[in-house]
Amino acid sequence: MSIEVVNITKSYKNFTALENVNLHIPEGELVALLGPSGSGKTTLLRLIAGLEQAQQGSILFNGEDNTNRDVRERKVGFVFQHYALFRHMNIFDNIAFGLTVRSRKTRPSKEEIREKVHSLLRLVQLEGLAHRYPSQLSGGQRQRVALARALAVEPKFLLLDEPFGALDTKVRQELRRWLRHLHGKLGLTILFVTHDQEEAMELADRVVVMNEGRVEQVGSPEEIYLKPANPFVYSFLGRVNLFRGRIQNGRIKLGEAEFTAEQGVSEGPAIGYMRPHDAEVSLHPPQSAAATAVQAHIERITLLGPLVRLELRRLDTKEVFEAEMGRQRFLELLVEEGDVVYVTLNNLSIYVESELQSVPTPALTPVHVTV
Amino acid sequence: MRKSFLRRGFLPGFGMTMGYTIIYLSLLVLIPLSVLFLKATTMSWEQFVGTILDPRVIASIRVSILTSFFAACVNAVFGVLVAWVLTRYDFFGKRIIDGIVDLPFALPTAVGGIALTSIYAENGWIGQYLAEWGVKVAYTPIGIWVALTFIGLPFVVRTVQPVLQDWDLQMEEAAATLGATRFATFTRVILPHLLPAIITGFALAFARALGEYGSVVFISGNMPLKTEIVPLLIMTKLEQFDYAGATAIATVMLVASFVMLLLINYLQWRINKFDAAR
Repeated sequence: MSIEVVNITKSYKNFTALENVNLHIPEGELVALLGPSGSGKTTLLRLIAGLEQAQQGSILFNGEDNTNRDVRERKVGFVFQHYALFRHMNIFDNIAFGLTVRSRKTRPSKEEIREKVHSLLRLVQLEGLAHRYPSQLSGGQRQRVALARALAVEPKFLLLDEPFGALDTKVRQELRRWLRHLHGKLGLTILFVTHDQEEAMELADRVVVMNEGRVEQVGSPEEIYLKPANPFVYSFLGRVNLFRGRIQNGRIKLGEAEFTAEQGVSEGPAIGYMRPHDAEVSLHPPQSAAATAVQAHIERITLLGPLVRLELRRLDTKEVFEAEMGRQRFLELLVEEGDVVYVTLNNLSIYVESELQSVPTPALTPVHVTV
Repeated sequence: MRKSFLRRGFLPGFGMTMGYTIIYLSLLVLIPLSVLFLKATTMSWEQFVGTILDPRVIASIRVSILTSFFAACVNAVFGVLVAWVLTRYDFFGKRIIDGIVDLPFALPTAVGGIALTSIYAENGWIGQYLAEWGVKVAYTPIGIWVALTFIGLPFVVRTVQPVLQDWDLQMEEAAATLGATRFATFTRVILPHLLPAIITGFALAFARALGEYGSVVFISGNMPLKTEIVPLLIMTKLEQFDYAGATAIATVMLVASFVMLLLINYLQWRINKFDAAR
């Protein structure tokens, strides 16, 4: 079922959790709500479930208005971060709860319930644990029970609040793969909240990046990584280097490095962002005529498994930045801490402060760069 | 063998703490109570049975157990209600109400008894209206029940309150997303969680009511066979220097209370198995 969020605003006593949020989630997609803590992503999820009420805006399921409908009638599967399993019920009763609380008229027979619960236990690979209590299970197992409990009522879609947040790395990896598989199998719309960009990139068909109660960008993982809409998205999706400079006479100047700006760009201060793996380190100045390389001093070398990270200080602007390269490349270079090297700045994303000063924080617009 | 019996914790001193526990319990509970049994054995078996089977004694045991039981039942229901209001809502004067709950603990029970009597007597504040309905409270078992409810009030509140404070609201939200009505959420999710605490509070209130003397003597009227409670009967025997008779009744009461508390603890353990399974 598709979900439509229209102009939602939600504020608490002293702060605004969501401001004019619009979002469309197509049927059958696995979507991640990604953002730092306090960005409003969990609030949005709870609003869709009906656990919170918005001051403004509406929520539609398959085009049908659900804004004022009670949680109980929305038929939404919700999985809580800390599972919220019923501690006094065994796993069987937990999963069966959504069916056994129905009124006598709509309740399936005991036999049907048993069948359903056992098929769900098979689905979440917990057969044989039906008579255990939640306290006897591991975190990953509890998470899967919570999922099975939500699925038992045949919800229109699934909402997961930080589903893997409380689990250790290895279990998290496993569960991610499993959830991906489950999504393929059920074809259900799944919306999950996460603050872990790697998790969002790995799992989701579509990522919604949120910050301070607003949606910053919506797109496929590739889109948001390669074409971030603004500096926030850029820096939230991985390590980033930041260079300050100016645009003058159609040239972007970041210290001694210079680039050609596209036509019609306003002049003024500019900020250049660059991923560490886009910095090309060499011992000699590059052959090309363009001044896209700067000299830098190696301050520190860190080995990170297959990667090597250099912490560098530019000789011209004294700005500190990072460069990452493969181990092979590092061994070829034969550099050590204290050496001076040439660094070519590739794939820079340049943002200028926009003329519209009324626009709050990310008052920066991307500029197309040609070398 | 010793190793497997003891589980080493962070704090040492199992031997010492266990020793103190036993000495403490012996000095305060076990020795005085065993003296009670010894005193009762000064009677012959026939004398003992004769004392116990006296209709007046049997009637008083019946009154004591029934009024205590119903008082504890009322407290179990309304104690949960008070604890719920105190933990779930914020309102003006909450601290004061929280303090009032403990008053029956702090007040000399005789004061409580006198106050209740004057209010519930036939010409008292509340008693006069009840009298119009033909309900007599003071000087009847209902009066005893009111007094015992009064002194047992804090127990259930104070045992349930911390459980409600630690309660994870998300469990209620989870129940709601699964389509449970408010009533089903309360009876199937919240209540089973509170039950162990409610039973503990119930047991404490019940035990306390069985031993209560001060507040009851004023409101009950102390009519033999009708409104006489066991502690009062024991006092009467003592005043007549019938020490053996008093201890005989006390022994029966002691055994009865012990059996009932044991039963309640067993029930508690059965209900608590989801936690014990950890």
